[in-house]
Amino acid sequence: MLTKTYSPLKDKILEVLDYKGKVVNEKLVPKLDKEFLLNMYKTMMLGRVADTKALQYQRQGRILTYAPIKGQEAAQVGVIAALDKQDWMVPAFRELAGMLYKGAPLKQLFMYWYGNEEGNHFDKDLKILPISVPIASQLNHAAGLAYASKIKKKGEVVVAYVGDGGTSHGEFHEAVNFSAVFDLPVIIIIQNNQWAISTPRSSQTKAKTLAHKAIGYGIEGIQVDGNDPLAMYIATKEAKEKALRGEGPTLIEALTYRLGPHTTSDDPSIYRSDDEVAYWEERDPITRFRIYLIELGHWTLEEDKALIKEYKDYVNKIFKEVEETGLIDLDEVFKYNYETMSEDLQNQLNEYKEYIKEAK
Amino acid sequence: MPLMTIIDAVKNTIDQQMELNDNVVTFGEDVGFEGGVFRATKGLQQKYGKERSFDTPLAESAIIGSAVGMAVNGLIPIPEIQFSGFVFPAINQIITHVARYRNRTKGTYSLPMVIRMPYGGGIRALEHHSESIESLFAHIPGLKVVIPSTPYDTKGLLTAAIKDPDPVIFLEPKRIYRAFKQEVPTEEYIVPIGKAKVVQQGDTITVVAWGAMVREVENAIKLLENEKINVELIDLRTIQPYDKQTLINSVKKTGRFLVVHEAYKSYGPGAELIATINEQAFLYLEAPPTRLAGFDITIPLPKGEHHFIITPKRIANEIKKVSSF
Ligand SMILES: Cc1ncc(C[n+]2csc(CCOP(=O)(O)OP(=O)(O)O)c2C)c(N)n1
Ligand SMILES: [Mg+2]
Repeated sequence: MLTKTYSPLKDKILEVLDYKGKVVNEKLVPKLDKEFLLNMYKTMMLGRVADTKALQYQRQGRILTYAPIKGQEAAQVGVIAALDKQDWMVPAFRELAGMLYKGAPLKQLFMYWYGNEEGNHFDKDLKILPISVPIASQLNHAAGLAYASKIKKKGEVVVAYVGDGGTSHGEFHEAVNFSAVFDLPVIIIIQNNQWAISTPRSSQTKAKTLAHKAIGYGIEGIQVDGNDPLAMYIATKEAKEKALRGEGPTLIEALTYRLGPHTTSDDPSIYRSDDEVAYWEERDPITRFRIYLIELGHWTLEEDKALIKEYKDYVNKIFKEVEETGLIDLDEVFKYNYETMSEDLQNQLNEYKEYIKEAK
Repeated sequence: MPLMTIIDAVKNTIDQQMELNDNVVTFGEDVGFEGGVFRATKGLQQKYGKERSFDTPLAESAIIGSAVGMAVNGLIPIPEIQFSGFVFPAINQIITHVARYRNRTKGTYSLPMVIRMPYGGGIRALEHHSESIESLFAHIPGLKVVIPSTPYDTKGLLTAAIKDPDPVIFLEPKRIYRAFKQEVPTEEYIVPIGKAKVVQQGDTITVVAWGAMVREVENAIKLLENEKINVELIDLRTIQPYDKQTLINSVKKTGRFLVVHEAYKSYGPGAELIATINEQAFLYLEAPPTRLAGFDITIPLPKGEHHFIITPKRIANEIKKVSSF
């Protein structure tokens, strides 16, 4: 069991690839075929290109606010790659690459940041809950999904995301504890990207690692190199198998880094040094995975260039489609507050429509 | 006198009160080092040290719950909630403790504290960043709820709130944080809590607003320049307790009443104000007292927000309707 070998008490970090793309532990390399590995890599790359583009669109005033994922692609794709179709993904708000891997269409993901509720619901078969902005609040939903899965014997595992800052929140405690008490099939992924806006991880907790927190809840925890997609994959895979055996939740701390700003309204140069960013840029998850795949003979730099070009065009095309959606119709903003609109609400809408007609 | 925006006035006031009183402390998510995401506390940590201006772990309940203990133990906390949409994890502390402490200890303990938070829509923000939730607080006995609409009032009201022996919810209209500047005295002064301001006198209709809506009503009045309508505009400034007398006096003069707020219509602040008008100025009314308020729908994301936002044009239209009833 990885969670035994890499127990938080042993101060060890689970790694498969080092930051130069070299295998650190041959025995841990998961047996994944070329197609599978390339699918992981390509999704990470699509996430990266979409992210870069989103920042560009924001600067051009075409998108309002956006929370970048740059640097966190492995902590997302590595996890979701270990899930099955029937498993649930419960995102926070910085999981674009993971959501892509789970099957969420890029157009819808962009729609959220474009400012349209269309980006908040995915095809139900994809088993992705809506983005959750109120920090840590989504974790209790994961517990509930898992509870239902458990008592109805659905065989679904639930992966829920939270940030390092989110682990300070009461909801984090409540959800992990609840999941632990009922041995629920939950995997909590802490994307420890070192910062919660301007607040460093060291100001969030005195715990030595975030994985340590698992101990107090009586569950297993593990600290993983979150920029190593293979390490994230095997940690999740083990947690999933354990969950399916009815042995309860696992807490996975993914050590990663937010290379971009918190959101497009943030200026990280105020609170962190260029050196720190440079250190993590060297540990870019995409770079190391690319080297690994090239060494394996699965990939070439030419293919890489072509892929980036293809994705740039694709992302631009998708974003055009997003922009074509324009403003939301008046009826739409009233329609979904209840299954049946109350008479009063209907009257509010009608009166407003009358006003619009008169005002013209 | 220096020119200040609302956000400048917030910072200037906290700075001044921290300087005058060692017991004043301010804290919250990103409040210390960075000075808050809106920079309302910028430079205060550098000036007063990490004990008096600090970043908390990300936990609203801890921010407000710890403020209770600090206030009991002699400090005057000014906790910041990053956005009003994230106050809900702390609602337990606010309603079950902050609001009730004085009463349930028969006055043995009071909780002098100011819970600041930016609120309101119209900035095309993400989910949970646009709501107007003043009536949630105003409904709870034991809380005062203050909303400034100008830099001058911001300083005067915030000073009053910090000096107030009871807890004050200080809602800052972030849409106009930096919208305009005004001369603000450097010395300390107070704008009393619970007193409205008659922004403009008139005898046709009384229009009441607060926060960002005051400016929208002013813009509406400009649209009505060529009409024979003399609006009496009242900036309520404090939602709880509110200045009933100023409202009643005005309605006795005008006979017409319109309240404009972005908060949802049902059970919103307008309902309370109109109930008071009906109770105390009913016989003076020449038109039904009217609300122009947020629709009873979740405030839409930016691409639909314009349907929700109350524009000067709509306000002008409503003023005309009530005035000609
Ligand atoms: C309950 C709540 N409080 C405050 C916020 C404002 N806020 C948005 S993101 C953020 C920091 C989150 O940090 P972390 O959990 O580490 O996630 P990251 O942003 O690094 O992905 C804060 C304070 C919020 N969204 N929800
Ligand atoms: Mg973080």
